[in-house]
Amino acid sequence: MSAPPLLRAWRVGKSFGTHRALEDVTLEVARGEVVCLIGPSGSGKTTFLRCVNQLERYDAGGLWIGGELLGFREAGGRLHPLPEREIARQRRSTGMVFQRFNLFPHMTALENVIEGPIRALRRPRAEAVAEARRLLDRVGLFNRQDYYPAALSGGQQQRVAIARALAMRPELMLFDEPTSALDPELVGEVLGAMRDLARSGSTMLVVTHELGFAREVGNRIVFMDAGRVVESGPSQALLTSPQEERTRNFLSAVLG
Amino acid sequence: MSGVPAGPAGAALRPEIDIARLPHVRPVHWGRIVTAAALLLLLALLVRAFARGQIAWPVVAQYLTWRTILEGLLNTVLMAVAAMAVGVVLGVLAAVARSSPNPVLRSAAQFYAWLFRGTPVILQLLLWFNLALIFPTLGIPGLWEARTVDVMTPFLAALLGLGLNQGAYTSEVVRAGMLSVDAGQYEAAKSIGLTYGQSLWRIVLPQAMRVIVPPLGNEFIGLIKTTSLASVIRYSELLHSAEDIYYANNRVMELLLVATFWYLVLVSALSLGQMLLERRVSRGVARPAGRR
Ligand SMILES: Nc1ncnc2c1ncn2[C@@H]1O[C@H](COP(=O)(O)OP(=O)(O)OP(=O)(O)O)[C@@H](O)[C@H]1O
Ligand SMILES: [Mg+2]
Repeated sequence: MSAPPLLRAWRVGKSFGTHRALEDVTLEVARGEVVCLIGPSGSGKTTFLRCVNQLERYDAGGLWIGGELLGFREAGGRLHPLPEREIARQRRSTGMVFQRFNLFPHMTALENVIEGPIRALRRPRAEAVAEARRLLDRVGLFNRQDYYPAALSGGQQQRVAIARALAMRPELMLFDEPTSALDPELVGEVLGAMRDLARSGSTMLVVTHELGFAREVGNRIVFMDAGRVVESGPSQALLTSPQEERTRNFLSAVLG
Repeated sequence: MSGVPAGPAGAALRPEIDIARLPHVRPVHWGRIVTAAALLLLLALLVRAFARGQIAWPVVAQYLTWRTILEGLLNTVLMAVAAMAVGVVLGVLAAVARSSPNPVLRSAAQFYAWLFRGTPVILQLLLWFNLALIFPTLGIPGLWEARTVDVMTPFLAALLGLGLNQGAYTSEVVRAGMLSVDAGQYEAAKSIGLTYGQSLWRIVLPQAMRVIVPPLGNEFIGLIKTTSLASVIRYSELLHSAEDIYYANNRVMELLLVATFWYLVLVSALSLGQMLLERRVSRGVARPAGRR
């Protein structure tokens, strides 16, 4: 095989009470790759991303980023849950963009972006500000840096959220339906920012309903249903000639 | 106006109307005028009653700035501010402990709120003040020791009593504020690598402030008046000073009015401060212009 994957999920499982939200999820994301996660509502896409970002704790299988097991340390054949600080450190290798933006409403766009670098990475303020301005410029918001989130459109807020995640210089960017809370005319600007990101070589795992984006930008598509990976493959191939019945049904329902 | 036909048909007949160009008639609010007149009348009657009552107004004016009264006023302000400071610190700590994942901290905070909200504050004041009855000396064995009666001054007893009690109530206010912050904010904070403490301090508490400040202002106003209870342990706050004077000169009503005046002044000043603070903590919300 080629270089080891950046993200490796092996038979990952997760229950909420008696409900099995993830079962036997195995997938890999190589460095520089853009993988799109698609599937019907409730299929576990969000849950999987949240496990990767350790907002949720998986309960079966294994998750590794850059070869490091997430959430646990193994010693003498036994697992010790990592302390909060270690988890915070592991989280820094992933950046998360939420469906509902989740910007900090009491901070301006710029303050949102510099918060992580200054507090979590302890970078000097001037350096963090310079970098944040560059990132805001990159998502087309240089002249909105002193606006509070409430004064920004949904598309602008989501682009600030992307800049905020990028400011941590994560190895892997996670997107959870970043455009589904947006008015149709604002979707394009956010997808555009993500496309630029993909072109610059970022590794991305994107949950999306935008099949056009998945086809054009995604290297691979993973289709999930009922907590399991049903099928995965190169974007073009999966969209045009899906192997599984369930994938075909889903695609024909979405494409209308 | 009478010539304009009513209804949609009429509107269609006059398409040239531009509401910016015609003079606007200000509606008359008869209800407001009547209630205002009634209230003014009541107020006038009240003022007249007091003016004619057996009150020596010159005495009120004289004692308004009497040295003992002003000292009492200062002590009231000092105690209220100090006890509120203790209360806010304890309240935030207890609220954070209440929402922490650590079950020991959670129960401890719950016990604290239960204990101090469960007993009358005047009782707590008396307990602290009389601590010497059960612990004649206080100290760290071998390092420092002192007689309890020397340490437990009326000031310290009042500060402990009022501050601990205030902390218990404040913790509930702060907790409600923290619960009002969207769970997505904790997650966003975590996702940029902040620790739990950093998320609370930088992200959650500042947003909770918007919900916390109005009831906290209310608590502070309550506390200013509760300081008067400290007169039972001989802390010479405003009411205690007024009482001291009227025991000597029998001008009971006059001195109570003096105290009334100063309490109202304090509370008004506080309300103004609260208004300014509320404006400050609602940064980022309800800011139509958007710019800083
Ligand atoms: N915190 C939770 N507690 C209980 N059940 C949950 C929780 N989070 C998710 N679930 C359940 O887990 C399943 C997977 O949910 P998930 O949000 O991952 O789906 P999804 O694929 O992201 O769907 P959508 O496309 O609607 O966002 C659903 O049945 C959901 O009800
Ligand atoms: Mg989802």
